[in-house]
Amino acid sequence: MLNRLLSHDLPRSRLLAAMLVVLLLALAFAPFLFPGVKALSVAAKILVFIVLVASFDLLLGYTGIVSFAHTMFFGIGAYGVAIACTRYGPTWEAIATGVAGALTLSFVLALAIGLFSLRVRAIFFAMITLAVASAFQTLASQLSDVTGGDDGLNFRVPDILNGGYAFLDERFLGVNIDGRLFCYYLLFFAALGLLLAMLRIVNSPFGRVLQAVRENEFRAEAIGYRVVVYRTISSVLSALFATLAGVMLALWLRYSGPDTSLSFEIMMDVLLIVVIGGMGTIYGAAIGAALFVIAQSYLQDLLRLGSEAASGLPWLAALLSPDRWLLWLGVLFVLSVYYFPTGIVGRLRVKTQGIG
Amino acid sequence: MKRFEFDWKPLALVPVLALLALPLIGSSSTWLTLTVAGLAMGMIIFVIASGLTLVFGLMDVLNFGHGVFIAIGAFVATSVLGSMGDWTQSQSLLRNLVAVIPAMLVAMLVAGAIGLAFERFIVRPVYGQHLKQILITMGGMIIGEELIKMIWGAQQIPLPLPEGMRGSLVLGDAAIEKFRLVAMVVGMLVFAVLAWTLGRTKIGLLIRAGVQDREMVEALGYRIRRLFVGVFVVGSALAGLGGVMWGMYQQNVFPQMGAQVNVLIFIVIIIGGLGSTGGALIGALLVGLMANYTGFLAPKVALFSNIALMAAVLLWRPQGVYPVTSR
Repeated sequence: MLNRLLSHDLPRSRLLAAMLVVLLLALAFAPFLFPGVKALSVAAKILVFIVLVASFDLLLGYTGIVSFAHTMFFGIGAYGVAIACTRYGPTWEAIATGVAGALTLSFVLALAIGLFSLRVRAIFFAMITLAVASAFQTLASQLSDVTGGDDGLNFRVPDILNGGYAFLDERFLGVNIDGRLFCYYLLFFAALGLLLAMLRIVNSPFGRVLQAVRENEFRAEAIGYRVVVYRTISSVLSALFATLAGVMLALWLRYSGPDTSLSFEIMMDVLLIVVIGGMGTIYGAAIGAALFVIAQSYLQDLLRLGSEAASGLPWLAALLSPDRWLLWLGVLFVLSVYYFPTGIVGRLRVKTQGIG
Repeated sequence: MKRFEFDWKPLALVPVLALLALPLIGSSSTWLTLTVAGLAMGMIIFVIASGLTLVFGLMDVLNFGHGVFIAIGAFVATSVLGSMGDWTQSQSLLRNLVAVIPAMLVAMLVAGAIGLAFERFIVRPVYGQHLKQILITMGGMIIGEELIKMIWGAQQIPLPLPEGMRGSLVLGDAAIEKFRLVAMVVGMLVFAVLAWTLGRTKIGLLIRAGVQDREMVEALGYRIRRLFVGVFVVGSALAGLGGVMWGMYQQNVFPQMGAQVNVLIFIVIIIGGLGSTGGALIGALLVGLMANYTGFLAPKVALFSNIALMAAVLLWRPQGVYPVTSR
């Protein structure tokens, strides 16, 4: 049963399995284990990022192509819900319309980009996605009538997802059983379902072909697989999953703006998480996302402490200032691509195989 | 074998695009202003893109961090020009040049030196691995951008044009900004020097041969790697020069400008054919013209128009207008 659920792709490392179980339990009971608004937001952000990063891994880790337009699809999902809810009011129909519209737009865009660039050379893909994503970002901030421009859109969601909606009058285990909690569990089961779906995809025969393309494009073509078709399907699938992650984010935040979903910094975060977690493993996305979001929420505080401690040396203090958080991210990123190319999951699996 | 025949069709694209835009814009004086602006912008982009395309052609290295040299060049120029207020405030063009030329040289030197370090520490360990190259150079760019923010601050810095280059020449009804003419002259100088080096010197011969078939040149006993380091450094220096010009063109500099220009450059080298300098020139001119025409006609879709342009060119010639490498 468990084996089928995980698509016969077991963690293959005791430590990894333990980490995954801990993560699953922690996320499943987060509202009860870690009370407080900030902790719950961090947990929800982890859920969103798990889906987002796993969908990117489908492309980078399993198919071996780099896309810089992933946050564009993420943003399409978030804005889809936001725009639909602002226009048609906070109803489930509006959300469904927004999701359907966003998925359609992502599908068309991903298909167009994929057919255009992957037909020629896979290396064009990275450059063309970068160009399209930056054009899209500019467009989103300029069409302020629709997208709210740089301010983004605040919108209302159906009442059942709001903190004001109480299911029980009393507190249960010290937690309000309200709409917010319901929203969190909606996200939790959505993330779980999407993650298992992606696990299913990468372990299907189709997923094997993707890995074959990654390892040796020429041979895959020679065996008779149309490399272009497989790459394009992979990029479309990954775009659709990213769109759904965007929907999750928008539902949780009840806001959608350029900084939360479209910005290039999120793209960097996603790249870093995939590399740290381990390219080509869906589990790596989950572990990496959890570690990263936690680090991001608390490491900036650490940097602030360091900066204050080093206030005697101005240049060191400038180096450690919390604003330079991206600098350290970049350094970490470069170092992990050099020395840590298989990421956490790859390391753990190698260790197990070495012993066993 | 047939004698080398010049392929004029891509070259014809530039005037064709310009003429197509004429009826859309309507007024011929506006058209002239926009065309000159487009050509000037194109020449600046070409200066930046030429290094990147050679680096790719020669060593199959795709440098996503190229943009950082643009920003470095521009920021160095603000510091140099800032310290030479007397010369930039002067009305005489000659005295202005005394300030601008050292600024350009220093920017090129700094960008080149950083390029040398970038090649050694960022690019060299990942030769031949495209995926890692893209990731690593992107990381390098982030680091560079953050270091710039640390040194010069994260905010936008104005880079005013020297007095003598401000204002415009009036030609009939059309106003042509002086700096755009300066940019065109500098761009053409760079193109002439590049064309001469690539076409008439032994190093240029080796570079061109290396772009076409690296292994063969290595088999003949030349060290392509050493040549490549040189090309990388020169490419970075040119990006620095382009950055100075771009900063003066926009009249302000900001740390993310590299990433912004990078997008245009990628479009240019894809249009031109990876590794081709001539193609990069045509691509840059097309992109420059297109950006200015659509910026006038429909500002909201300006960036998309360049992507559409690239898509159209790729439909016509999937390897770019002048394909050089067989890879």
